[in-house]
Amino acid sequence: MASSTPASASPEAKAPLLEVRDLKVSFRTERGLLRAVDGISFRVDTHEIVGVVGESGSGKTVSQMSVMGLVNDPNAVIEGSILYKGRELVGLSQRQLRSVRGNEIAMIFQDPMTALTPVYTIGWQIAEQLRAHNRLSSRGARKRGIELLAEVGIPNPSITFDRYPHQLSGGMRQRAFIAMALSCNPSLLIADEPTTALDVTVQAQILELIKRLRRDFGSSIVLITHDLGVVAEVADRVMVMYAGRIVERGTTREIFTDPWHPYSWGLHDSIPPMEGARPRRLASILGSPPSLLDLPPGCAFSPRCPHRFSRCTEKPALAGTSGHHAACFLSPEQRQQARAARRRPLKEAS
Amino acid sequence: MTEAPDKQAPLIEAIDIKKHFSVGNSLLPGHRRTVYAVDGVSFKVFPGETLGLVGESGCGKSTLGRCLVRLYELTAGRLLLKGREIGNLSLRELRPIRREMQMVFQDPYASLNPRRRVGDLIAEPLHVHGTASRDQIERRLKELMSLVGLEAEHLNRFPHEFSGGQRQRIGIARALALHPGLIVADEPVSALDVSIQAQIVNLFADLQERLGLTYIFIAHDLSVVRQVSSRIAVMYLGAIVEMGPTEALFHAPAHPYTEALISAVPVPEVDRLNRRERIVLTGDVPSPMNPPAGCRFNPRCRFATDLCRKERPVLRELGDGRTVACHYPLVQAAAAA
Repeated sequence: MASSTPASASPEAKAPLLEVRDLKVSFRTERGLLRAVDGISFRVDTHEIVGVVGESGSGKTVSQMSVMGLVNDPNAVIEGSILYKGRELVGLSQRQLRSVRGNEIAMIFQDPMTALTPVYTIGWQIAEQLRAHNRLSSRGARKRGIELLAEVGIPNPSITFDRYPHQLSGGMRQRAFIAMALSCNPSLLIADEPTTALDVTVQAQILELIKRLRRDFGSSIVLITHDLGVVAEVADRVMVMYAGRIVERGTTREIFTDPWHPYSWGLHDSIPPMEGARPRRLASILGSPPSLLDLPPGCAFSPRCPHRFSRCTEKPALAGTSGHHAACFLSPEQRQQARAARRRPLKEAS
Repeated sequence: MTEAPDKQAPLIEAIDIKKHFSVGNSLLPGHRRTVYAVDGVSFKVFPGETLGLVGESGCGKSTLGRCLVRLYELTAGRLLLKGREIGNLSLRELRPIRREMQMVFQDPYASLNPRRRVGDLIAEPLHVHGTASRDQIERRLKELMSLVGLEAEHLNRFPHEFSGGQRQRIGIARALALHPGLIVADEPVSALDVSIQAQIVNLFADLQERLGLTYIFIAHDLSVVRQVSSRIAVMYLGAIVEMGPTEALFHAPAHPYTEALISAVPVPEVDRLNRRERIVLTGDVPSPMNPPAGCRFNPRCRFATDLCRKERPVLRELGDGRTVACHYPLVQAAAAA
């Protein structure tokens, strides 16, 4: 199912919690090989919140699902290396992965209703997970489960413990699911659009909770989202993905104050402002994302990029300085000119 | 941007509209319950403007939208289109009225028959309502396609061959087919990716400019609503809690709920975060089956007093076209001027 490439790990001074090298995830389809993730490398350090931003089909979810070993489609091919605390996860059997999942890495999803079983109570599901990974009596599991529900801010945790998922509101359900994910003290929490299905005032509560998880539990968090606002609020570092590749990465400050990649600019400019003058039109990105079965040669963003030039028929590699990287052939000077030219008409209209 | 609306006659006017749903078992005594989805809403929408309806899930904004185009029967209240009462018209009497107001939905894919070609789908309202000849329909179809930014050859394709953004364009073309004056758009961009969302928001603005359309734009995304609306109505548990011109409302919200809603939106800028006070509301929106007594927002409001728990505030004028339903508005009537 998965083939591992021998990765000779060179331990650095500070070993990252998670290190992904040249990860490729492809699916065999009737219409040919679909490469959902096309050679991405990234690391997550301890105590860090990393945001993964991209639109649908950018590979943001599939790349993180493969870290969890959850891509078990028989037609999936996973290549590359995923090192968690120095241990290679690619090629592990499902059985070996089970000890990693839950105990070490946990995942929360956009819609907790589909991730929770409707036929058992919240408490039953938390207790099951606790007892699968720890030696606990059922009474002990109940006690710990109620504690967890209280920790994620559920009022009356001992009552909620005996409730069924459908009896809770969306926000409470997401909290209960986070409590379940936290039950075995994972070092890494992967959150896939955890607030997308929630109302904005409830989203604010869950984002506060995610920030508190890092503070109180010391968890590292990978936050997958399409919402740049959410990322700006909670992440330390950001990766921007497009068509299965990372097109830009850097600290949150770098990505939001000085983005380098034209796709990042397009994303920023597509969002209507919450303050100040309203532009007459939004500077949207032309066209739509390419089909992964029929990717343009060279830079996948080039057909939609207003700044493309002759070199864009080649594939750009991530390049940059000290942590801020972009996969784009524009030189720093060209970048500044192009960015200034984009900004001008917007400012004038206001 | 915010013209003085008093001079014109409203295109559509809602007067104390109510829409209640009965749920539960109607045969067993005590099992029948009522959902107060829309519970006394009044407003006017003037020609050429965009009224944004915002609120969280369950606030009744979609139900209200469907009441306005008479997809739902009203439980109570009056609905005037160009001064004519349409709230109590029968389905047959409504047919000519439906040409004047159309709806655009969140998921156009669900509203497009997958077995029919796009051309047939867009032409359907023309066939149902019109007496247009085949040539006229053909011409109108081409016109509509270019209006929404699609190619004429797309008419022969099936809905599944299109991306989400293109499908929404098809949905818009279908709504525009009969030259309506009023479009009620229910979350038209919330299922789309950000870059596509911006394209559709721009399309709405362009169409309004070219065709002089009036919009009622329902959305939960405040930044999108701020971008498209000339006025905004904020709903909470079936009622409007605040209404006013977009800029004034965003700059100085008068209702504590509006304030919390605006402050909760994560802003994609790193430097601004520290400047803004975030008001995190506790708890969830109560069930519209059992709304709290007094002001419906009082259990979550940080300013609530005994008065708020007893007496339900009515919408009152703040001046400058702003209204608020709060005993202790954050903007004083005098200061609003």
